[in-house]
Amino acid sequence: MNHLSAAVDWLLDAQTWTGPGQLGARATEHLGYTAVAVLIAAVIALPAGLAIGHTGRGRAAAVLSSGAVRALPTLGLLTLAALAAGVGLVAPLIALVVLAVPSILAGAYAGVESVDRATVDAARAQGMNAWQVLWRVEVPLGLPIVIGGLRLAVLQVTATATLAAYVGAGGLGRPLFLGLRTYDYPMMLGASLVVILLAILLDACFEVVQRLLSYAPGLARTGRLREAR
Amino acid sequence: MTIRKPTHALLAAAAVPLLALTACGSDDPLGPADTDEGAIIVGSQLYYSNTIIAEAYAQRLEAGGYEVQREFEIGQREVYMPELEQGAIDVFPEYSGNLLQYLDPESEASSADEIQQALAEALPEGLVPLAPAEATDQDSYVVTSEFAQEHDLRSVEDLAGVDEDLRIAANSEFETRPYGPGGLREVYGVEVTLLPVEDSGGPLTLRALLDGDVQIADIYSADPAIEANDLVVLEDPQHLVLPQNVVPVVSEDLSDDVAALIEEVNAALTQEQLLALNARSVEEQAAPETIAGDWLAEQGLA
Repeated sequence: MNHLSAAVDWLLDAQTWTGPGQLGARATEHLGYTAVAVLIAAVIALPAGLAIGHTGRGRAAAVLSSGAVRALPTLGLLTLAALAAGVGLVAPLIALVVLAVPSILAGAYAGVESVDRATVDAARAQGMNAWQVLWRVEVPLGLPIVIGGLRLAVLQVTATATLAAYVGAGGLGRPLFLGLRTYDYPMMLGASLVVILLAILLDACFEVVQRLLSYAPGLARTGRLREAR
Repeated sequence: MTIRKPTHALLAAAAVPLLALTACGSDDPLGPADTDEGAIIVGSQLYYSNTIIAEAYAQRLEAGGYEVQREFEIGQREVYMPELEQGAIDVFPEYSGNLLQYLDPESEASSADEIQQALAEALPEGLVPLAPAEATDQDSYVVTSEFAQEHDLRSVEDLAGVDEDLRIAANSEFETRPYGPGGLREVYGVEVTLLPVEDSGGPLTLRALLDGDVQIADIYSADPAIEANDLVVLEDPQHLVLPQNVVPVVSEDLSDDVAALIEEVNAALTQEQLLALNARSVEEQAAPETIAGDWLAEQGLA
């Protein structure tokens, strides 16, 4: 418990947070990297996942390849990327995007697939075209699961963005590595606590969004029913 | 230089409680209980070069008719020093300056001889340092040959005259080390900013230097990459970096004959030889047993 109380002391010290290169700036960097990585991953994975869910084509390939990608050790990937791209922000972003894509992809196609086929058929029977079926039926009804995928990706990336510091890109990994290397365990633990707190906060934000969506007519009310089944 | 590979250091840190747990049982993997009576236990750090040296000691002892048990790649000092103190390991190749700094952070010894003397006093009871090798493996300030030529650089002092922002790639702990930015400013009047790259002077640090992301890199003096990339190691006339001669730390209980065998190996370990050993590991990916065995045979010590 000694380290823990020392870590809390370290976190409560104003010196820890202020100034350039201190914890406040590191946390902002960390959030920024997480946001950018998840955004890029979403731009890649959401359209692909929705297409797979809607058409049912390429599902096996997506499951296989995202499974394989998930097995990649991120530190190894980061090192490989940094050897190709040099030190700096590019390599960690590549590694984090690769980490985030499978979750978002799986959320997207699973969300679309989760919509009752009878509902989709009904929409078609009313004369909706493929786009209308996707945007007016499948996406709204599958939204809780699609957002669940994003939520999982954000959680993973927040925790893993500490690796950015391995190649000189900063973030909350910086005090973590410094603490590790100088046997400053309170600093290491303190930095870890901030990462954990950020992850929980972001996760709580998603929880709120998902709950709010459940009040929107025609959206997750169905999702709720679905969960209850 | 305390920790060579961060991922493994993490693993080692995770292993500490495990070690503590197993130490309670009778099947302690590092304890003397289940070892063959009389076997000499040789340990090594989680660092390929250190393991090659340990393997050379081990094979030399075997050639001398002793039974040897290998406990290699144990991780960082915090993990293996207690094992040495308890007598769970008998022989360990160490690096003089860093070991002294670990044992006695207050020590003012700076030359190789002073460090060796201070080590003998600072080591816990039951452990003694044997004669150090000529070879050192220490942090060094490295620049590209173009940069050295452009600014006419020989020693770290000359960096003070370079009229541009200087950045150095090193592990994050460089910031807090005596030879870090603070020491460079105080002793040489050189201003540098740290770009933390956490691979202990490995390929990423090298890449940062060659890409021009940094002007200086902290790379170990026994790294074959220095020669392979035609890099220039800047002299350090004020001994900002403590000399890191390879020094075997051994249990006092070992016989003089054992100590003599290890010292034979150490005496053959010149800087050139250590570089050649490391180069074989890096370039050919040869196993430590092969590298150490071939080398001992070459030196007539097999």
